[in-house]
Amino acid sequence: MNAPFPPPEGRLIDAPVRKRGRIMRTIKNLFATRLDKSSGRIRIVALMFALLFAVLVAKLLYFGMKPEVPNTVRSAASDAVAAARPDILDRNGEVLATDIKVTSIFAEPRRIIDKDEAVELITATLPDVDAKELRVKLGSHKGFVWVKRAVTPKEQQEIFHLGLPGIGFLPENKRVYPNGPIAAHVLGFANLDGIGISGLEKYIDGQGLSDLHGAGFKLAAEDLKPIVTSLDLRATYAVRDELAKGVEKFKAKAGAAAILDVNTGEIIAMASLPDFDPNNPADALDPNHINRLSVGVYEMGSTFKAISIAMALEANKVNLRSSLDARESLRYGRFTIHDFHAEHRMLTVPEVFIHSSNIGTARMAMLVGVEGHQAFLRKMGQLTRLRTELPESAEPLVPKHWSELNTITIAFGQGLNVAPLQALMAVGGLVNGGQLITPTFLKRDEAEARKNAPRVIRPEVSESLRYLMRINAEVGSAGNANIPGYFIGGKTGTADKIVHGHYDHDKVFTTFMALLPADKPKYLMLVLMDEPQAIPGTYGYHTAAWNSGVVTGKIIERVAPLLGLPPKLELPVLPFPLLAQMGYGFANTPQHSKGQIH
Amino acid sequence: MVSRAQRTAVADWWWTVDRWLLASLAALIVAGLVLTMAASPPVAERIGLPTFHFVNRQAMAMIPAIAVLIGVSFLTPRQVRRAAVILFVVAMALIVFALLFGHEVKGSKRWILGIQPSEFLKPAFVILVAWAFSEGGKRPDVPGTLIAILLLPLTAIPLILQPDFGQTMLISLVWAALFFMAGLHWFWVFGIGGFGVSGVLVAYKFVPHVRARILKFIDPGSGNGVTDTFQVDTALETIISGRWFGKGPGEGTIKRILPDAHTDFIFAVTGEEFGIVTCIALCSLFGFIVIRGLLKAARNEDPFCCFAGAGLVMLFGIQAAINMAVNLHLMPAKGMTLPFISYGGSSLISLSIGMGFLLAVTRKRPRSEVLYENERPADRAVPIALGQAA
Repeated sequence: MNAPFPPPEGRLIDAPVRKRGRIMRTIKNLFATRLDKSSGRIRIVALMFALLFAVLVAKLLYFGMKPEVPNTVRSAASDAVAAARPDILDRNGEVLATDIKVTSIFAEPRRIIDKDEAVELITATLPDVDAKELRVKLGSHKGFVWVKRAVTPKEQQEIFHLGLPGIGFLPENKRVYPNGPIAAHVLGFANLDGIGISGLEKYIDGQGLSDLHGAGFKLAAEDLKPIVTSLDLRATYAVRDELAKGVEKFKAKAGAAAILDVNTGEIIAMASLPDFDPNNPADALDPNHINRLSVGVYEMGSTFKAISIAMALEANKVNLRSSLDARESLRYGRFTIHDFHAEHRMLTVPEVFIHSSNIGTARMAMLVGVEGHQAFLRKMGQLTRLRTELPESAEPLVPKHWSELNTITIAFGQGLNVAPLQALMAVGGLVNGGQLITPTFLKRDEAEARKNAPRVIRPEVSESLRYLMRINAEVGSAGNANIPGYFIGGKTGTADKIVHGHYDHDKVFTTFMALLPADKPKYLMLVLMDEPQAIPGTYGYHTAAWNSGVVTGKIIERVAPLLGLPPKLELPVLPFPLLAQMGYGFANTPQHSKGQIH
Repeated sequence: MVSRAQRTAVADWWWTVDRWLLASLAALIVAGLVLTMAASPPVAERIGLPTFHFVNRQAMAMIPAIAVLIGVSFLTPRQVRRAAVILFVVAMALIVFALLFGHEVKGSKRWILGIQPSEFLKPAFVILVAWAFSEGGKRPDVPGTLIAILLLPLTAIPLILQPDFGQTMLISLVWAALFFMAGLHWFWVFGIGGFGVSGVLVAYKFVPHVRARILKFIDPGSGNGVTDTFQVDTALETIISGRWFGKGPGEGTIKRILPDAHTDFIFAVTGEEFGIVTCIALCSLFGFIVIRGLLKAARNEDPFCCFAGAGLVMLFGIQAAINMAVNLHLMPAKGMTLPFISYGGSSLISLSIGMGFLLAVTRKRPRSEVLYENERPADRAVPIALGQAA
């Protein structure tokens, strides 16, 4: 073959010419094509094609080895249907939440021939299905979509008779709460897919149920052990009913009530109004429907005085005979502490409690000091978040800089916001013999509860507290709850609410705690009301005794017999034996009613 | 069996044609009919045609296609060139005619008299470019390279006007590869290649539209707004659902919702019904034809046959590779069919012409004939020159 460019005859040409020739040749070379190279070049192209096809084959091999994607209807459906959940029972075995079998309608968009016709027919039969949303769902290329969950048998029949291809039915579980809003805040709710969203339902999922489902265990409701709660359904109903009446009567914004078994920490009944029906979970999202006992934090007012007095007694700074100076208002810097029912005299410790003296309580706290006060409140669980089975809880609002002034105000219940359940736990610990028991919503016996409960005060201090609450019911502000036949103790609390940075005397948060019976403590009741109003018959008062106290009385009257406490007209002979031993014999003598002090 | 003793045209053809290529092409054609049977009925039903409409049409087109394939492969290289010139001129005229008088189908004017002339332009273009390069290489007095360079815009511009970017890209790639084979200096290979790569990088960096397109391919969810990945996603799902051995002929379900299942995405349907193993076999068959064709071309001593064979087989190979790459989600959707497998009458006849040309130029020829044809006219003996003149 001929080379395209024969070499020039160089011998006859001068050096510079030769050099120029070489440059020209190089340039010419750049533009020339060389057929002698094509064979090699084609092999390069062949190699590139070989690589290209190798990549295609590699990708095919990769697809072949990819694990099978679950896109069959059966597997998609088994992931989609609501999983079974255990029943939730009250302490007597009454059903609070259970699963029922329902039928749900699903669609396989791929199998539907005429999607518009399907949408038209389905929405004509089920008017509550949104046509636009359904059209989008059926237009997707998913293998499985829900059309409507939990339909009635009649709806199922009608859809079946439409004869649409690609529409099918699946049995699944639907959570029902047969008691509606009763104990709604404790139960919480589970969504359509059987996932616990709040309350005990969420707690159950956290205990491994969702892990079981996630691991592919197909559990039937019958296989799951029911959850037995601490609640008593009938007591809970009565408490909610009386609370609802009270909230309406006193035109309060909200209210809550709870009954605590002080020996086991069990919550026997609980209600927070306004509440929601867990069968209609959308209601639960309303921020006004929060659980005011565990999610709301409030200044508990005078009920906190019980804690302060217990602290001073426990620290041996005072005893039941000690007197405190309440002759005039307590000045601290530019602040002055007044008493609501000022007596302007020296007050004994029981009198400080009965008259709910801010000054007396503040003086006791000052005797203990800031650090001792903080340490005691921490021991009583008032400075940290209370964690129970309910996932919904709130952190207390603790002042950042805690001066002596804070100790003074916190002593009588202002300046520290805690969840009411937290305060209930503390007072329960004060009256049950001195052990702080974390509340529970699950059934528990006393031995188990007391096993891990730390001792916070001595038994005799606990008995002193019971005595103080008892005389407060006999002659003090808790008289409205002193239901005959029960040896009741009680404490009121009224806190002015802060409006625009100032305490507003017209807007109050009232609490009432009642102990029953005061000699052998069993139940501690808490009723609180947010902004109750003075109504005819309360003499213009909106303080705790006139609203929360009244409601507590009604609850005791109605609930105590349900809880196995029939009224006993004869009073206990020696209710406070430890106090008698310590020389406080007067404690066992019933006080004569000298006119109730509110 | 054809006897070697008798020198008939058929015997000559049989003993000189590359029987491996012939067999592979026959296998492809048969596979094409089977796969059309799998992929086209749902499409036909969807648009309201008889179930086997496309199958029947494809089978009918196959008879002339095979005739064309065999007939064209009988041509000598010289006749191939002449046929290519005629085909090129006619196809070009039809393209222009379609541009002026055709009506739009799916946004482009490609169709005239029931055929798609651009399909016929491709093999003719490759032959002409191969001819130009080979003449330019062996005869400095013929501006072959210049003609080859001018052929590209001449062919590409009508295609862009249609618009048909897939075909334009295809012929440009084949053209560039032929230029490379013609012995283009490495300076230009790297220069133009580097320019191209840096151009893409710069465009990616500074042109938002380009970046959006690329990102959309890599991650369809990244761009806000409606992402239409239904077709490629479904194609992928179709392939994977078949697993290694497929669901069996006619058992495919996802193919029913796959648009263009009988044309651009027939490879995916193959995967669903016949399995990934079959896909690999099909892919290997294409690979075999391409590699064998190229190696045959590389050994060919006649420069024209060498270029034409390589060009035609690359045209075929690039089209097949792009189609399969799109099906396997290695490339964005391009609207390119799988040769001999996808449904399409024009495409089938055009491919038959192209492969007929390939068989024709890869036939064994006496060395003397090759040498004679490639001698410079000046070196030729007078009697032959006279004979030519006569």
